[in-house]
Amino acid sequence: MNHDTMNIREEHMEERERASIASVGFWVYIMSDCLLFGSLFATFAVLEGNTFAGPALGKHFSLPFVLVETMLLLTSSVTAGFGLLAARRGARRHVLAWLFATFLLGAAFVALEIAEFRTLVLEGYGPSTSAALSSFFTLVGTHGLHVATGLLWMAVLMIYVVARGITGGALRRLTLFTLFWHFLDIVWIFIFTIVYLFNFI
Amino acid sequence: MLGKLTIDALPHDPIVIGASIFMVVVGLIIVGLLYRYDKFGWLWREWLTSLDPKRIGVMYIIVSFVMLFRGFSDAVMMRVQQALSVGASHGYLEPSHFQQIFTAHGTIMIFFVAMGLMWGLFNVVVPLQIGARDVAFPFLNSLSFWLFVSGAVLMNLSLVLGDFAKTGWLAYPPLSELAYSPDVGVDYWIWALQISGLGSLLSGVNFFTTILTMRCPGMTLMRMPVFVWTTLCSTALVILAFPILTATLAMLFLDRFADFHFFTSTMGGNPMMYVNLIWAWGHPEVYILVLPAFGVFSEVVPAFSQKRLFGYTSMVFATAGITFFSFVVWLHHFFTMGAGANVNAFFGIMTMIIAIPTGVKVFNWLFTMFRGRIIFSSMMHWFLGFVATFTLGGVTGVLMAVPAADFQLHNSLFLVAHFHNMIIGGVVFGYFAGMTYWFPKIFGFTLNERLGKAAFWSWIIGFFLAFVPLYILGFMGATRRLDHYDASLGWQSLFIVAAIGVAVIGLGVLFQVAQYVVSIRDRRKHRDVTGDPWNGRNLEWSTASPAPFYNFARIPRVYGRDAWWADKQSEELNAQGPYEDIELPKNSPAGLYIGVATLAIGFGLVWHIAALVLIGALVALGLLIARTLDDDTERVIPAAEVERMDREFAKRRLDLHAAS
Amino acid sequence: MLSQLFSYVGPGTFAVLDPRGPVGLDERNLMLTALVLMLGVLIPVFMLTAAIAWRYRAGNTKARYTPNWEHNALDEFIWWAIPCAIIFVLALITWKSTHDLDPYRPLRPGMESMPIQVVALDWKWLFIYPNEGIATVNFVEFPEDTAIDFEITADAPMNSFWIPQLGGQIYAMPAMTTHLNLMASGTGSYFGTSANISGEGFSGMTFTAKSVSEEEFERWVESVRAGTSTLTREAYDALAKPSAYEPVATFSAVEDGLYNTIIGKYLAPPASSSGTARTH
Repeated sequence: MNHDTMNIREEHMEERERASIASVGFWVYIMSDCLLFGSLFATFAVLEGNTFAGPALGKHFSLPFVLVETMLLLTSSVTAGFGLLAARRGARRHVLAWLFATFLLGAAFVALEIAEFRTLVLEGYGPSTSAALSSFFTLVGTHGLHVATGLLWMAVLMIYVVARGITGGALRRLTLFTLFWHFLDIVWIFIFTIVYLFNFI
Repeated sequence: MLGKLTIDALPHDPIVIGASIFMVVVGLIIVGLLYRYDKFGWLWREWLTSLDPKRIGVMYIIVSFVMLFRGFSDAVMMRVQQALSVGASHGYLEPSHFQQIFTAHGTIMIFFVAMGLMWGLFNVVVPLQIGARDVAFPFLNSLSFWLFVSGAVLMNLSLVLGDFAKTGWLAYPPLSELAYSPDVGVDYWIWALQISGLGSLLSGVNFFTTILTMRCPGMTLMRMPVFVWTTLCSTALVILAFPILTATLAMLFLDRFADFHFFTSTMGGNPMMYVNLIWAWGHPEVYILVLPAFGVFSEVVPAFSQKRLFGYTSMVFATAGITFFSFVVWLHHFFTMGAGANVNAFFGIMTMIIAIPTGVKVFNWLFTMFRGRIIFSSMMHWFLGFVATFTLGGVTGVLMAVPAADFQLHNSLFLVAHFHNMIIGGVVFGYFAGMTYWFPKIFGFTLNERLGKAAFWSWIIGFFLAFVPLYILGFMGATRRLDHYDASLGWQSLFIVAAIGVAVIGLGVLFQVAQYVVSIRDRRKHRDVTGDPWNGRNLEWSTASPAPFYNFARIPRVYGRDAWWADKQSEELNAQGPYEDIELPKNSPAGLYIGVATLAIGFGLVWHIAALVLIGALVALGLLIARTLDDDTERVIPAAEVERMDREFAKRRLDLHAAS
Repeated sequence: MLSQLFSYVGPGTFAVLDPRGPVGLDERNLMLTALVLMLGVLIPVFMLTAAIAWRYRAGNTKARYTPNWEHNALDEFIWWAIPCAIIFVLALITWKSTHDLDPYRPLRPGMESMPIQVVALDWKWLFIYPNEGIATVNFVEFPEDTAIDFEITADAPMNSFWIPQLGGQIYAMPAMTTHLNLMASGTGSYFGTSANISGEGFSGMTFTAKSVSEEEFERWVESVRAGTSTLTREAYDALAKPSAYEPVATFSAVEDGLYNTIIGKYLAPPASSSGTARTH
């Protein structure tokens, strides 16, 4: 058996390998996050009718408002995707511009969600009013919390890119971030359909 | 400023005061000893900030043993109370104290003993068995460990400040809701579990990814050691089940903290939803713990039968089958909730189906022994004890899987005996065997076998003495968690026998302590110079004992199952390429600091101290961000250095070979 | 025969194995059947383990040694097949018995069961007899050979209602009703308990279930009715306050619809049409 056929793996862990391990790990994390949302969706499905003599959930929602939220988040997914493409080209300024656009869209989404929550609470339909509202606030709020975490992550990434440029590390981190952001988009589509649309109809 | 925390939170009960003082004194003694021998620097450099999974694994096991001590003390107190508290006597414990004890016992034993030992074994063994130098995310691994410690510390703080939960280890609402449990006990329970559970979730992601991506060249999935397979399946279950726990605990906390109504009796809340969710996590949890024990036996039995594992493919499919079915049986924990006969029957039958792959595993181990040359080491003792207890537990489990029979057995001491049968006989015996088996790989010497066998006999005799009476008491209609019962029921003599059984198990624990003390004293006599004390079969035995921090000087290549065994047969030992630089992560204290910050968050949330939560969160977040931005986390060990160390080991091994 | 064996220890000591009603009897026989089936595998496995361990011990060099033998399709097929077969039989038994012994199933189809309403309180059991208009605490009496339909709820955390000698338990949960159909085949007194932790006084939540002849039951109802204390809403609220090891008490009359009032406490006001009421 000679050394050539041994094909010893290179001891130095290359960036590509590191990126592939990180992305496998991140996919696994996303899988587990799916289960977190799954539990909250299941709870919502069980409790959404339990309004305890209050109006049905759908009465609280404004479809155009939620549509605007949805458009903001979907658009931000597109801009995040463009950001990643720019990073692959190594176009640093484009990356920053796309990230900034994504940040603004995401921040607008969170602001709208906070506004929606605030209106509900002020109208006397806070999360402690009934089990249905508890589960609504928690499910939608958990998604909102994820988006807010994404905003923080984005801010950190922008600083990183400004400070160090489009390195291999930056590309790896951007890839994971974009994955996360698309994932939140998909979760939102489920929320939009199950929480808002079904209750609206 | 201090939220709900007042001077009243300090203990009043003499037993609790005693335990608190004991904890403080032990802590001071340890600090004193470290100071006396000037070991702080060593502890910090070599252990606390280490990202070496072997070191982290050992720390997991040490913390688990400390928690085992507390969990076992709880067991002793329960047994004494139940042996005494009959008729006119109400024993020596107040009901509320007794209820905290059994809640703490269950919580500690599952989350901080069994889980800790499991992560410890994974850390120690998995990278070595797959021919890797590290896990996929070394820093995350350290963070997971410190979150585990943080949860354990928070749990123990409840002893000193305030109460622990009085609800049983799964804290069913509405009892665990604010209306019925207004003190901080349930909050301690929630946050101790939430924090350590987050650690488990991260570890699950880490080890699952490690196994998928870091196997050495040639190690296809179907060439992996069975222990690695069981780790893969167990961590898959962690990834899928622990988020459910996280969500459930969060919802319970929102109910208690912010007046939400997920699981309250009124306002539309649904306590049954909690019971469903907690068992959707809780049942897989049982398999999370027991699969690795199966994995250990799949290593131990072939090694000491000096024969290949029988039916590898069957084993893998059986493991995968158990993994899958563990998610469709949760309802068997509450047949008595009144679901319809169709639902109950479905879940009962699904439960029984799990017995099939489990039974197959037992047969495969038996046929591994068949036509082997069996060496009755202490590890084989644990295996045979496992067969005796675990199969019995399987039978009582299937009995309870029949819903109509379960109506008569549920929540009785029969149930308590059953799950101890599975967890002690399955999980604990398995982990003990594993710890004895891999001990020399980490410390470079084997454990004293005589004391190991003495420990085994005490454990198994004590086990049957402690739990057979509970089976019988179950048939007598004795329910679990009673702090008192009527004399006319005729239960007391059996409770006394059970208490004696616990004393015998205690003897086993003493033998284990003695085993470690004596083995450390005699370490020169039992040194493992070869790196392969058991004539093992997998890669971990191909490297030196104790395993060097880089695990393998040169990454091995694998051509089949039992790679090291095959190597030994082929006489082409160490036919490997040139030495190269090794890159490993630098030490980092960030995990520890984040653990401390998380402890502050948890404590603040328990006592409603907003400032503490805020500071803790900012510190944790800041550290996390700083760490993710740090690109300079690796150090390089030059090839020449690696070669020098490796040749030294090779020479030692050759000398020994020549001497024999 | 089993009953005779147990009578040495004292009547009713081995409650689950010494049933006094058809439900408990069926459940015990079911357990024994399943146990025998499984012992049919367990005992051979134990014997096999001992035999293999002894025969192939390292010291016995006469035994065959095949270090590389690792697979035999037929053998493995056999030990997949054996547990499959047993579980198949058990599954059939499970399916049938789960339907036959569904606690919601009336024991005398076509005939009215005698209703007794059970309320788990902190920490005592309240029994309301809707037909007789009386109520008792920590004591329940009923005629022998009569199908009883226990309607169970809780005005406390979840409990589990269990009379081991008559048959299996069912949870008592606030805001809803569960059912447990039981029957005593003769006269006697049976131990009853809560099987689910419900707080500080949980251990004292025991009660006596007594089955008597039809005539004696009538006499007992009359004697309870002759009492003076009645279970009004106020009396109920006082009773519902947490207390442990409560002695037996009886009420000669009960406010109309009290049981539904107790459940209604947790439900939305009746004006609602949003379907929050959860009944089982």
